[in-house]
Amino acid sequence: MDVGLLLSDVVTLVVVIVAVPAVLAGYIIFGEYLVRLFPDRIRGGVRPWIWVGPALLFVAGYLVFPTIATVIQSFENAAGNWVGLHNYAVQLGNFPNGGAWIAIRNNVLWLVLYTLLVLFFGLLLAVIFDRVPYESIVKSLIFMPMAISSVALGVIWKFMYTYQPPDTPQTGTMNAVVVNLFHLQPITWLSDPNVNNYALITAGIWGIVGFSMVILSAALKGIPTDLLEAARVDGAGEITIFRRIIFPLMMPTVVVVGTTLVIFALKAFDIVYVMTAGNFGTDVLANRMYKLLFQAGNPGGASAVAVVLLLAVVPVLIFNLRQFQAVESRR
Amino acid sequence: MHVLRHSRRLVLGLVALLLAAACAPGATNNSSSTAKGGTVTILGVWTDGELDSFNAVLAPFEQQTGIDVQFVATRDQDAVLTTEVAAGDPPDLAAAPSPSLLTRFANEKKVVPLQNVIDMNALKSTYDKSWIDLGTVNGNLVQVFSWAALKGLVWYDPKVWTAKGYTVPKTWDDLIALQNKMKSNGDTPWCMAVESGAASGWAGSDFEKEITLSLVGPTVYDQWWQGKQKWTSAPIKQAWTTFGSILGPNDSNVYGGSNYIINTNFGDVGTPMFQNPPKCMMLNQASFITSFFTQADPSLKAGTDYAFFPLPDASTQYAGSHVVSGDAWSMFHNTPQSKALLNYLLTANAQAIWVKRGGKISPNKDVPLSDYPDQLSKDTATALVSTKVAKYDAGDLMPTDMKNAYWSAILDFIKDQSKLDSILANLDQVQSTAYTAS
Amino acid sequence: MQVSAEAAAPTNAKADRITPVSILERFQGVVLHVAVILLTVMWMIPALGLLISSFRPFTDIAHTGWWVALSPPFHFTLDNYAQVLKEQGLVHSLFNSFMISIPATIIPVTVAAFAAYAFSWMKFPGRNFLFLALVGLLAVPLQLSFIPVLSAYVKIGLTPNNWGFVGVWLAHTGYGLPFSVYLLANFFRALPSDLFESAEIDGAGTLTVFFRIVLPLSVPAIASLVIFQFLWIWNDLLVALIYVGGSESVAPVTVQLANLTNSLGQGYNLLTAAAFLSMIIPLIVFVSLQRYFVRGILAGSVKG
Repeated sequence: MDVGLLLSDVVTLVVVIVAVPAVLAGYIIFGEYLVRLFPDRIRGGVRPWIWVGPALLFVAGYLVFPTIATVIQSFENAAGNWVGLHNYAVQLGNFPNGGAWIAIRNNVLWLVLYTLLVLFFGLLLAVIFDRVPYESIVKSLIFMPMAISSVALGVIWKFMYTYQPPDTPQTGTMNAVVVNLFHLQPITWLSDPNVNNYALITAGIWGIVGFSMVILSAALKGIPTDLLEAARVDGAGEITIFRRIIFPLMMPTVVVVGTTLVIFALKAFDIVYVMTAGNFGTDVLANRMYKLLFQAGNPGGASAVAVVLLLAVVPVLIFNLRQFQAVESRR
Repeated sequence: MHVLRHSRRLVLGLVALLLAAACAPGATNNSSSTAKGGTVTILGVWTDGELDSFNAVLAPFEQQTGIDVQFVATRDQDAVLTTEVAAGDPPDLAAAPSPSLLTRFANEKKVVPLQNVIDMNALKSTYDKSWIDLGTVNGNLVQVFSWAALKGLVWYDPKVWTAKGYTVPKTWDDLIALQNKMKSNGDTPWCMAVESGAASGWAGSDFEKEITLSLVGPTVYDQWWQGKQKWTSAPIKQAWTTFGSILGPNDSNVYGGSNYIINTNFGDVGTPMFQNPPKCMMLNQASFITSFFTQADPSLKAGTDYAFFPLPDASTQYAGSHVVSGDAWSMFHNTPQSKALLNYLLTANAQAIWVKRGGKISPNKDVPLSDYPDQLSKDTATALVSTKVAKYDAGDLMPTDMKNAYWSAILDFIKDQSKLDSILANLDQVQSTAYTAS
Repeated sequence: MQVSAEAAAPTNAKADRITPVSILERFQGVVLHVAVILLTVMWMIPALGLLISSFRPFTDIAHTGWWVALSPPFHFTLDNYAQVLKEQGLVHSLFNSFMISIPATIIPVTVAAFAAYAFSWMKFPGRNFLFLALVGLLAVPLQLSFIPVLSAYVKIGLTPNNWGFVGVWLAHTGYGLPFSVYLLANFFRALPSDLFESAEIDGAGTLTVFFRIVLPLSVPAIASLVIFQFLWIWNDLLVALIYVGGSESVAPVTVQLANLTNSLGQGYNLLTAAAFLSMIIPLIVFVSLQRYFVRGILAGSVKG
């Protein structure tokens, strides 16, 4: 190990850690200074753009511009010629048995089960952990799966779902339970189309509950305790307090977490790719898109699938808009 | 206002420092100008032990020429290379485990034609013509091959076979008879395992395409992977049904049946065979499977605990045919350094270095048999050289989505052999669009 | 402006006598603890399996389930960990991971905080539309942005040789902004408007309100965001491969660890040890940020 290299590494790192926030703070301080140069009347009109400007620029460059490029590409073939809706016809053909429709069906499964269960567990854990003194410890334990990379997650759950023939001792946890505790035949979790999607979704849920728990817990902590105190003094039971005070106050955060989860479910890729690669009826849209783009050399088809995915998000956005407007009107 | 003024100065100073720091990794990363001979960048897939072997191959070259070879390995080679090529920032050379990815780039005219880069005289005298033809697309040599693997080797435990009175079959009929003998003895003939993440099914397709080659012969075989021979055509279908006769009805000739085959990783295929009592009698896998045997059980000895015989030809018409695969190289930037490296990698001296370390076979005719570390690999090399009809792995030659459909079809077939007709029809459908640049 | 700190201890009003009510409370307490511990233990089983496997030799992993290792004969080994730690350049790749993750966390969190503040408490034309568009961009599959962005980088020369890690910082910022803004805006919006009104009355400027009121009151939200952003970047593989490349001088830990298995997939026993080693840093970050998840910062904040 080169000590000289290590030392210069550390110095560089420290410099970067100090300089980056300084630059950003500097930007906003300088920005406000600029705003103050404007006459009073216009300040309110100029100021927001200084604050949202950087975010909008980043997003424009890294997300909007590629999205526009993608939409355009969905109407072209690999050589770059215009082909109209051809890619869509090919990708979405053959309803209901076509590959894309199986993927869409699976994405809907993910959307419903993944979102609801992760929200449920996140809420449940946030609420009950809040009431125990060793909250920090259990929270860290539940959070731990988040810290694992998706490849490692795939490896863990592949181990969990390992199948051995009925006459051999089981090496996978799930089948060990099934065979030894329930005395049933071992199940081929990943290749049996009756269970494999649920098996994958379970692995996905395990990895992300920490996310929902942490955010919902943060929201829970933000509820003023005097409200809760007052309700308890009034004699309300815990369940009522949860239903009437806690949950409604957490609703905006639940919407945020729920929306994010729905979008994650639509974009589900890593787990499916690592564990089954979409075989046996577990395919999802993001997996198809990946294969089209990087393996089939078909960027037009990949773009068409991506556009379908993006369009699927629109209802979610509309729901968010309604929530917004409800909150705004209450202000 | 005072606060603002002070913080502004501080900030400006830190901005300067930040820019300097951001460029620092670039500065220390500056290996391109330190070596006197220049650099070559390669994107490949070799990691771990394989990387050690490749570095051993590079060592003499780097020493002699002073060229710095920067090898980057990634499992996501498809994604990374596609992106880099499309963005105009490819590596100098790419080493892929199969030609399909590089062929795509060749069709997009993103690779350098190698006729004027490689010493063609040396190549023609040391490589069999089939390897050169393999790398030729539209009249241009766009790919060259270094190390190879031989497929269609049937592995067995000689001690078990001697004890049970089984002998190595020489013909296909012998093989089927042996299968039946094993079954009547209560032994399960085959072990198979085809799970492999995103590539699941390839191990089964190896068996199936070995049968295809010996049944249909080299010409039809070529037409098949080129997409000119329908999957539903009689000869191709016959190969599948023959494979089915190996699997047995409901995969009864294979340990664990379809459930086990599909859910077990290919690397674990030998585990049941080496158990006591053994759960199966033989398995079909490529030459590299031996490293998996010894990793799972370091006490296994080549020759005594495991040996191979080549899969008998399914028909006598095309006797002596075998499926091979190899590492494919393409060039994206023709620099003096990349040219020197590529030529070096094709020489017998370079290839022998890895061969001596074990795990690879060389298609270069000048690598002596004595360089192979054990009898088993010598036998494999001999088999490779003496193969009358050596054909490259058809799956690897197909466009990627055809290949993926092929592998999925194997999985579906193993699961339910009665669905063969619909499986083949589906493959025909993929075939109709996979070969045109859509 | 009074911000009173709140003690969060649950009220402990139990009568001295043993009443049916207090037995019920006791029971509820026990049920609670049992539920918490049971849930946690069940949740941990997959990870426990992985942990135990990481201490087993490969031959054992291949043949028996991990629970077998818990009964004699004990075959534990440190080999897997030793092999992972012996990986060439692991320390330097750790440094690379930090060099990538830290700025790529700080920048989006800060830029998002600025934007979220504007979206929650400033009025400007197109505000709702822009915000929704931002949320919608959360759905953009990242793989589709690689080719356009990398092409642009190549054209303007933003390569690792010239600019080091700046390219990947900016990319991670772009990718992380939708979620960051969405999350922070949600929490900023929840702050009571009386806070801002009293601040205005006191004559506080925008910067003061932002740094002295909004940020301190949003610490749990910011802490959550920092954790997630750091985590996702730390565990990311593909974005780093594309924008930084895989060569030893710049590869982060994820690339190093991905290469522990060879091209045939051998060596997955090393992955078990690697997963745990690479988990350590994000867990440290999480645990050290735990103290920001305190309740009651807001309670009674506008009293007086």
